[in-house]
Amino acid sequence: MRHYPLLLAHELRMLAVSVATYCAAVLFLLLMGLIYFLVLYGYNSQIESDPPMAQYFQLFFIPVFFVVPLLTMKSLADERRHGTLEAMLTTPATTLEIILAKYSAAYLFYISLWALTLLFPYIALWFLPGVRDDSPLRDTASLAGGYLFVAASGLLYIALGILASSLTRNTLVAGMLSFSMLFVLIMCGYLSRHMALQDSWLIHAQAAVDYLQTFRTLEDFSRGIVDTRPFFLYASNTILVLGVTTLVIESRATA
Amino acid sequence: MSVVSASPIASPVVSTPVAKPSLQAIGLTKEYGIVRAVENLNFTVARGEIVGFLGPNGAGKSTTMRIFAGLLEATSGRAYVSGIPVASAPDEAKRRLGFMPEQNPLPDEMRVLEYLRFRARLKEIPGRKIAARVDTAMELCGLQHKSRRKIIGTLSKGYRQRVGIADAILAEPEVILMDEPTIGLDPKQILDIRRLIDSLRGRLTVLISSHILAEIEACCDRVMIINQGRLVAAGTTANLRREFFPRTQWRLRLRGDPVALEQLLPGIEAGLRLVVCSTADGDGFAEIRLEGPAHNPDLGENILAALMQHPGWRVREFAQVEPGLEQIFLAATKQGDEPLTPPVRRGK
Repeated sequence: MRHYPLLLAHELRMLAVSVATYCAAVLFLLLMGLIYFLVLYGYNSQIESDPPMAQYFQLFFIPVFFVVPLLTMKSLADERRHGTLEAMLTTPATTLEIILAKYSAAYLFYISLWALTLLFPYIALWFLPGVRDDSPLRDTASLAGGYLFVAASGLLYIALGILASSLTRNTLVAGMLSFSMLFVLIMCGYLSRHMALQDSWLIHAQAAVDYLQTFRTLEDFSRGIVDTRPFFLYASNTILVLGVTTLVIESRATA
Repeated sequence: MSVVSASPIASPVVSTPVAKPSLQAIGLTKEYGIVRAVENLNFTVARGEIVGFLGPNGAGKSTTMRIFAGLLEATSGRAYVSGIPVASAPDEAKRRLGFMPEQNPLPDEMRVLEYLRFRARLKEIPGRKIAARVDTAMELCGLQHKSRRKIIGTLSKGYRQRVGIADAILAEPEVILMDEPTIGLDPKQILDIRRLIDSLRGRLTVLISSHILAEIEACCDRVMIINQGRLVAAGTTANLRREFFPRTQWRLRLRGDPVALEQLLPGIEAGLRLVVCSTADGDGFAEIRLEGPAHNPDLGENILAALMQHPGWRVREFAQVEPGLEQIFLAATKQGDEPLTPPVRRGK
């Protein structure tokens, strides 16, 4: 893994000079700002049982659906299309090092985008009139739990984006593939919780989707109840997905 | 057909540290489904040689180069770089090889200097040597002054090719593979690239594939021609000329009786004959082609002397016709069904 730090620094630099990165960042912050404003507005106008941050994190999937594909779709697809991945593979750097560097760079950027939203409660406290310092906006348990969930789930979501990018040379197709995988993974969990299923095969599918328990985990985390099991679940699935990505790239590069 | 300077290797050779060839292919075969892109390829390239790798489109040149670069796995056979097997020690082999792929992929967003420094670190050049190596490579490729800090995406095709070559020579590898380095370049840029390759002569081993045969003839020590994945010719241009064109041709413009000339020829040399005779122009001169055995180097002089002695005949032009690499290439690829190495049966 001696080339990993160099490749990671290169990938971070490439993200920093890419216009798409800034587009994704601006879109993400605008959307998250809007969601936060609507949550605050709703919390102010009616009596809500959940703290505002818990409600805010319930909608985490909306930015995930577009930010993850935007951040990852170019990573391998574009490099394969231009042949720069091939040029990289003619050096002693290994496929795993290259994939890990791309994954880590995208993940770090994803986490830094979410980290920027940490400012929202403080911005609300400073700029909105009549908000008290002891208001539930700065509920530490809720904030820490929510961001821990985002960090843990992000491991898998970014890995899926990288996998989608390895399957095609077309960035648009990679983006759509990434969106579809994330949609199935997240929304199936959501639907299975809110729909009563009768058919036997659907019940089996529901059992498989329930295994991830995305929304149940999110609910617990955003109320400040942190369990270690989801970390292992997301980390093990991430390793699996990155392993598959490495195999895909190696098989395509040497076929 | 025989091999002149690059003998096909009949059996696996165990390399010794003294006589380690820079590149060695032993029974190299690559199959894509039912298609055999490369078939039982055997050759060696000695240290310091500049070898042209020729073949029509789809002949298997790029596939062979990609196998040596560790980008493709051979279906069977072995490829060695400086005696290191590419299949079992790809990282070691890659450390001894610089590869410039056909499309010369470069990241458009990076600056030339920044890219070369990144590649130098990736190729494990020690930190204290990076600046010097990058400067040397840029100087050799003519990138030092104008293009040093330019963004790669803004460079012309010629300068992009220079960046690709600079990258290939950066780590001072023993072997450099260049897949079509002059593709899409104008004549001046081609000349610049040729000078650059010439400057590497004796220091590095270069295997270069190109469709510009004049280019290969000018800068390579010898050539290997493959067709349909099989090696069909290998050697210096002069040797291949003798091999594929065993008879010499002369072209002359003569005012005289062609029938008398035809009768005169066997007296000069057995086997000498008239092959083409055009109709005479306004001055009475006809263009004539003669063909004779190549073994007598004095035959040209003898023909000319005999013509001059004939009363009433006038010779305006007389020249030996030397087939170029283009003719050799066409002759070799036409005879592609007779490879230097026996074909391997499918399914073994």
